[in-house]
Amino acid sequence: MLYREAGQFKTSYSADQAIFSIAQDRWFVMIVLLLGFVGVPLVANQYLYTEVFIPVLILSIAAIGLNILTGYCGQVSLGTGGFMAVGAYAAYNLALRIPDMNFILVFALSGVVAMLVGVLFGLPSLRIKGFYLAVATLAAQFFLEWAFARVKWFTNYAPSGSVAVGKIELFGFAIDTPDRKYLFVLALVVVMALAAKNMVRGRLGRSWMAMRDMDIAAEIIGIRPLNAKLSAFAVSSFYIGVAGALWGFLRLGSWEPLAFDINRSFQVLFMIIIGGLGSILGSFLGAAFIILVPIFLNQLPHLLGIPLSTAAVSHIEFMVFGAMIVFFLIVEPNGFARLWAIAKEKLRLWPFPY
Amino acid sequence: MIRKIAGIAAASVLAGGTLGGPALAQNEQFIPHLVYRTGAYAPNGIPFANGVADYYRLVNARDGGINGVTISYEECDTGYATDRGVECYERLKKKGPTGAAYFLPLSTGITFALTEKAPIDKIPIISMGYGRSESRDGAVFQWNFPLLGTYWTAADIIIQHIAKTEGGFDKLKGKKIALVYHDSPYGKEPIALLQKRAQMHGFETLLLPVTHPGVEQKATWLQIRQNRPDYVLLWGWGVMNSTAIKEAVAVAYPRGKMYGVWWSGAEPDVRPAEGGATGYHAVTLQHTAGQFKVHEDLKKYVYDKGNGNAKWEETDEILYIRGMINAMLGVESIRTAQAKFGKKPLTGEQVRWGIENLDLSAARIKDLGFEGVLKPIKVSCADHEGARTGRIQTWDGKNWKITSDWYVADDNVIAPMVKDAATKYAAEKKIAPGCLTN
Repeated sequence: MLYREAGQFKTSYSADQAIFSIAQDRWFVMIVLLLGFVGVPLVANQYLYTEVFIPVLILSIAAIGLNILTGYCGQVSLGTGGFMAVGAYAAYNLALRIPDMNFILVFALSGVVAMLVGVLFGLPSLRIKGFYLAVATLAAQFFLEWAFARVKWFTNYAPSGSVAVGKIELFGFAIDTPDRKYLFVLALVVVMALAAKNMVRGRLGRSWMAMRDMDIAAEIIGIRPLNAKLSAFAVSSFYIGVAGALWGFLRLGSWEPLAFDINRSFQVLFMIIIGGLGSILGSFLGAAFIILVPIFLNQLPHLLGIPLSTAAVSHIEFMVFGAMIVFFLIVEPNGFARLWAIAKEKLRLWPFPY
Repeated sequence: MIRKIAGIAAASVLAGGTLGGPALAQNEQFIPHLVYRTGAYAPNGIPFANGVADYYRLVNARDGGINGVTISYEECDTGYATDRGVECYERLKKKGPTGAAYFLPLSTGITFALTEKAPIDKIPIISMGYGRSESRDGAVFQWNFPLLGTYWTAADIIIQHIAKTEGGFDKLKGKKIALVYHDSPYGKEPIALLQKRAQMHGFETLLLPVTHPGVEQKATWLQIRQNRPDYVLLWGWGVMNSTAIKEAVAVAYPRGKMYGVWWSGAEPDVRPAEGGATGYHAVTLQHTAGQFKVHEDLKKYVYDKGNGNAKWEETDEILYIRGMINAMLGVESIRTAQAKFGKKPLTGEQVRWGIENLDLSAARIKDLGFEGVLKPIKVSCADHEGARTGRIQTWDGKNWKITSDWYVADDNVIAPMVKDAATKYAAEKKIAPGCLTN
């Protein structure tokens, strides 16, 4: 009843090709954006900004990036942490060595650097597939982590190997308070998610999906594997690199290679598996789930006034979180994005399902 | 099944006891603590956290708080992960009537991350015996307090001790000294000092990183077997320490030639190696294990009432005592600040002044029951470290025994390095150095 598309006629090609072809969806997205840009700044406190919204948004970009590669193009990657590190260290060095560079340019260029590295490590994908490719990208992860820990130039010869970033300025505005950081990240996320959504709907995305579904068939109908696979690696690494740069600059402020270790790769991979492979929306849902649920579980006993020791709270957090992942994967192996789609289907027929 | 889970939950409630306490009243000083009672470093994190928590309890039970202001204390488990540590910090920094008094990150990585946040939130960071070595320069690192010793201090004392056992600094020429370190900012901190000392005295350094969490060290110790360094310095934490000692046993490297930093010289580090650790040395953060005067009060006011976090026999262990020292320095800083700002809950900014003006004389330390644990400490803006002394202790198979005199780290070597590193940091971060006046 609420979610009925009857009476909505598409009278032009552009209406037919719109991202959100149903009016209710358009309204919903508008409301979410309005809430994001206006509603959240009205109510959020610093904790919500720095520990909830900013990390979820930044890792959503990384999840979109990995989803392009793994979800859309079918190339399993365990190198996400390494490519994020490339972005973060590229941004650090750009900001350090070229003073007064515009930060949008810094982040974009750090994405480009990550893209080049990503394409380089994507080359084996032309020969190897599946688990074997996962192992090859794992090598990228370890190599990159090693490089940033050992090659002193990357960290500007810091004795401890940890780098710290200076102030971020954009068109005369200092991006220093949590609300400014949040709005900056949110604006980037909107632009990048929109770009990703359009890419996966277009010729490029279709070539990735063809490659994912059956590479031989794709080749026969005229899709060059080299272009399709390497473009997926390039776009994916760009997104992941930008996410890494943002993670370093806006989330951590000071970091060491350990911040981008193999656990980060797994974290992002779990985000897209839980959220939904091959779905932009799923990247957001997965990121929110993986980041927020442990923090929520950790605070729950305290909020309920149950006196538990610190250690017990942490152990319960691990157990419940693990159980929840198993539960959701059994109930819906295709992730939250699929649950969302099912809910929408049901809503269309509600309240008279047949 | 469900009943079983409920049973486990109930059991953990009973076993855990309460830490958070009831709702905060107005006359309370809120002190948070970032701990790790879980994860790879828990064996070392738990005794330290217990010591901190029990000392606050002692102050509340014995003195009714700090000059009548009770301490309300809350832990947050970081698992030694930097991002969780930052989350804990954000969660706790505004609690209580005046916000957090100070933070004890108990991790060099978290200290690095919080160093960026502390000046904005105006909350001091006490990183007692860890953190950035150059952060003792209070004009640049206005909110950091690496009290009692930095890693440069630790490394310097060990090198001095080695020189003494060899019979002078000139005997170090041509020697080979290996550093087996945790591959993180923590482990890399001493490298700068070792290289400087190597240049001065002509010894050779061999740097051997061990990746987190440090349970895989076969390759490292194979290199030690091949290179046969004259001494091995161990900069590990948690399970990495006991693994290193076991590997040393396996390649028959003499434990008497091994020197650990103060985070590699506690009971959980040597006990798993059973007899193997006998003869192993570590530099102390001044104190060693044992019962001191403060333990009498601790027994009377906390443990006899059944309020202790640890078992009584664990309270004379090194990391537990270190936790108590850390809490004591925090409490005394608040007391110092109260003399200026009044006997009420203080803000982080006011407590910062208290830490910077902390001056514990030998008599005061005796009053507090820490005689024999600690030497006098005097903090100032120019010196956020406050003291640079240490001794060497040796594991005799059952106990840690002090086996050297007091050493003082050579400030002719360290001070210029601190100056350089702090100036570089200030330039990178565009900070104008200067002392805060209140």
